[in-house]
Amino acid sequence: MAKIRLPPTVSIHARGVLPNPWDGVAFVLIIGLLALVAHAAHEMTIPLAVATSSPISLDPHVLPEYALRTTLRMILALLASLLFTFTYATLAAKVRRAEVLLVPILDILQSVPILGFISVTIVLFMAMFPGSVMGAEVAAIFAIFTSQAWNMAFSFYQGLRTVPKDLDEASRSFRLSAWLRFWRVDVPFAMPGLIWNMMMSMSGGWFFVVAAEAISVGNTTITLPGVGSYIALAIQKQDLQAIGWAVLSMLGVILAYDQLLFRPLVAWAERFRFEQEVGKTAPTSWVLIVLRRARLIQALATVPRRLARLTGAYRSPAATSRRIAGAAGSRRMLLGDILWYTAVAAGVAYVAWRIVAFLASGLGLHDVVDAVLAGFVTFLRVVILIALASAIWVPIGVWIGLRPQAARVAQPVAQFLAAFPANLLFPVAVSLIHRYGLSPNVWLSPLMVLGTQWYILFNVVAGASAFPADLRYAAANLHVRGWQWWRRAILPGIFPYYLTGAITASGGSWNASVVAEYVSWGDTRLTAYGVGAYIAKATNAGDYHRIMLGIAVMAIFVLLCNRLLWRPLFLFAERRLTLD
Amino acid sequence: MALVESKNLLDVNGIRQSFRRPNGDDLSVLEDVNLSLREGEIVGLLGRSGSGKSTLLRLIAGLNFPTGGRILYHGRPLAGPAQGIAMVFQSFALFPWLTVLENVELGLEALGTPEREMRQRALAALDLIGLDGYESAYPKELSGGMRQRVGFARALVVHPDILLMDEPFSALDILTAETLRTDFLDLWCEGQMPIKSVLLVTHNIEEAVLMCDRVLVFASNPGRVAQEIAIGLPQPRNRADIAFRKKVDTIYISMTEKAGERARRTHVERFPGTGIATVLPRLSTNVMAGLMEAVAAPPYNGRADLPVIASTLNMEIDDLFPAAETLQMMRFAEVAEGDIRLSKAGLDFVQQETEDRKRMFAEHLMTYVPLASHIRRILDERPSHRAPKSRFRDELEDHMREDLVEQTLRAVISWARYAELFSYNDDDEMFSLENPS
Repeated sequence: MAKIRLPPTVSIHARGVLPNPWDGVAFVLIIGLLALVAHAAHEMTIPLAVATSSPISLDPHVLPEYALRTTLRMILALLASLLFTFTYATLAAKVRRAEVLLVPILDILQSVPILGFISVTIVLFMAMFPGSVMGAEVAAIFAIFTSQAWNMAFSFYQGLRTVPKDLDEASRSFRLSAWLRFWRVDVPFAMPGLIWNMMMSMSGGWFFVVAAEAISVGNTTITLPGVGSYIALAIQKQDLQAIGWAVLSMLGVILAYDQLLFRPLVAWAERFRFEQEVGKTAPTSWVLIVLRRARLIQALATVPRRLARLTGAYRSPAATSRRIAGAAGSRRMLLGDILWYTAVAAGVAYVAWRIVAFLASGLGLHDVVDAVLAGFVTFLRVVILIALASAIWVPIGVWIGLRPQAARVAQPVAQFLAAFPANLLFPVAVSLIHRYGLSPNVWLSPLMVLGTQWYILFNVVAGASAFPADLRYAAANLHVRGWQWWRRAILPGIFPYYLTGAITASGGSWNASVVAEYVSWGDTRLTAYGVGAYIAKATNAGDYHRIMLGIAVMAIFVLLCNRLLWRPLFLFAERRLTLD
Repeated sequence: MALVESKNLLDVNGIRQSFRRPNGDDLSVLEDVNLSLREGEIVGLLGRSGSGKSTLLRLIAGLNFPTGGRILYHGRPLAGPAQGIAMVFQSFALFPWLTVLENVELGLEALGTPEREMRQRALAALDLIGLDGYESAYPKELSGGMRQRVGFARALVVHPDILLMDEPFSALDILTAETLRTDFLDLWCEGQMPIKSVLLVTHNIEEAVLMCDRVLVFASNPGRVAQEIAIGLPQPRNRADIAFRKKVDTIYISMTEKAGERARRTHVERFPGTGIATVLPRLSTNVMAGLMEAVAAPPYNGRADLPVIASTLNMEIDDLFPAAETLQMMRFAEVAEGDIRLSKAGLDFVQQETEDRKRMFAEHLMTYVPLASHIRRILDERPSHRAPKSRFRDELEDHMREDLVEQTLRAVISWARYAELFSYNDDDEMFSLENPS
């Protein structure tokens, strides 16, 4: 496991570095859609029949049930994300006209703070299922979905775009039907990357499930039975013991799904790995071996294939020439393009106008300045904290990675810590900051990287363990030591891995700022100045104009970070720091 | 032994190296290795892959420490990488993020050489090795041959006494490798290189005869020096010379005798009782059949000189020796005095069509490869006719290293598949007698 380099979670491989017009189009469309929803919610002044479910109990005995419910939401969201991935990414990869729009949209979606989605959409979902808990459930699942789907879709899209040419040519020369090709060529090829992204998504999802189960937007408060609400109540009642129980049950859940779900998936996906590293031990899973030995399950596994064969989805299409030859064809193409791009332009213009109208109805220029300033402060926080976390974890990660025994122990621990929802521990920090009268502007900041710093650690460990032995020997043989060794040998060697970790960590920190800059413990509420707190405050007040403004500002900041900092660095690493 | 007075550059005395296995046993990689290196000579360490010769080289480079024995450099025990010992790697080991010049300067930089001298010496080394004009290139822009030239320049620029070379030409294509060898020998013979002595690790017999003054033939499991052969031919040497061919032959004989002895030993003496614990090489049945066909065909007609057949079939000894030994183990051929001779069964096999070949192969597999017959018997005995791989893995691990267990099982699976003796499903890691219907 140590040798696998995780793919980054932002669209590093898309063409070009600078934002292009399509980014603008995508940005307008997404913010516009959210504004539309927010606007609709704003209009619904009628107090919604508050979902009254059974009250949450702090008795530890209910935790297994709560944990089960929470996990169920996670799994449902993961399934929804898969469905989204298979359709959206396939459309983006196979249809040229869709691609130019869908890929930037995905990029923007990744930059929108996830809690922003909850704030905006929850009222809408509540309205869709009046008087029932269903609305809140769907809202929570949707929130988790938004934390999982984008990077999965990206990884799948990139998988589809990089199917080796000979596999593509083989499947075309055998005239595989689109359906058969999808399942036999595209999905298997993209599978290893997709599964890694599912694992990352699942980790990210925990963070937000805790936030999504107990949320209040304006005067709508929802509590769904689950670990998240349990913790919310424990925070309200300042019950440290209950928080301890919740942490414990999370540990159990994370271990269980790692063993039962992801380990088998990773071991299974090993067969789809196109290039085989010689001498590397393949990951194994006892669950997978049990499943493979069980004949009934093996028989059941063939059912979908049989069904597909019955329905004829596997059959090759009749040999028709799909291309319309000559000038008539290209003229028709051109006409189609013109129509399509005109439609997009018109749609964007309309949505842009609506956004401006919506924001102008409740905000002035000074609000925009406020939000941007807050965004800048949060940006500074993220930069400083990622730098601090790097200064701490890079040397430690290198030390661990160069010692195989230590790496074997540390790697799963770091991955586990990354999966653990760090917001569970926020209350403890708050009570400490409060007790010693520390400045929230400074001391709330570390919470943003509490959960995300581990990505830096385990990527650096992976990088250092993958550092070629011969280069280590060569450095030793040439007496390269001390600072020269760091500068000339190991740091450039681990940099591509470090970058993947840092990108993931900074993205996660932006998202976490909405929770970390605005925390409470009992009646104590601590706020740090920043765009995260700006969004959180607006959410609490039910101020849709400011929610929207905050989201838009944060999305722009994240997008600019990705484009102007991370992507150039990543391209540099690809070009300069690898041998092949 | 009067070690301090020795004029040798390097003395290796009674080196042992072993690793602790997970189950607590010690695994011996090198046993009682002795060698010395004098000024002005090129010494070859010749052996098959896994014979521990590269491990020895890394010990001499001070990159690892031996479990026992002493390494003396200029009469003083070695503690870590020594100043006057530089190394050239099979993988080139260039830092991809440094330019050619920066790679070459790295060792001087580490010594704290003043900038101007550093630049001067680096350019001189690049010049010597034929790399002018490539200073600002990055390694990935260069071909394999050019990369290895950078590797040489980087080692030479620190003016080492001893140059260690770990299969420096084996990652290159034949033509490039030969050019680089010749260039290296020219520089060496003209005394243009700032080095006193060379230790070359190789598995290529002709390369050893071409370049070395002395060749130490390594035997495996555990690695040790089996024989020392002085070459004693004047440079430049010609591969076509009779004296050159004779040396090559001598080394082939010496290397196959050891192997032949071992192959005969395997069933009877080495593992009394079951005899299943013979390490099998990963070797395709296509290679076995191909080798038999080549030997059976004219001009060999059933008996061939190993060096000749090796160059005809373009096989390295790491491919040829296991194939020849496996044929010997299965009584399809016999290896002696540097020759391979097909047995009656071997000649028969070549005449047959696919189905009969498979049947013959199955018979020989059952008779002469105890592990194959053992697995087959277990499967026959069990009512389900199925057995998990772990069952045999555990059994073999009592006798050999884990990686060799895996290699042996892979080999027997592949041969049994060809012979249709039993089948194996990698998904659930089960042996069985059923064929997929």
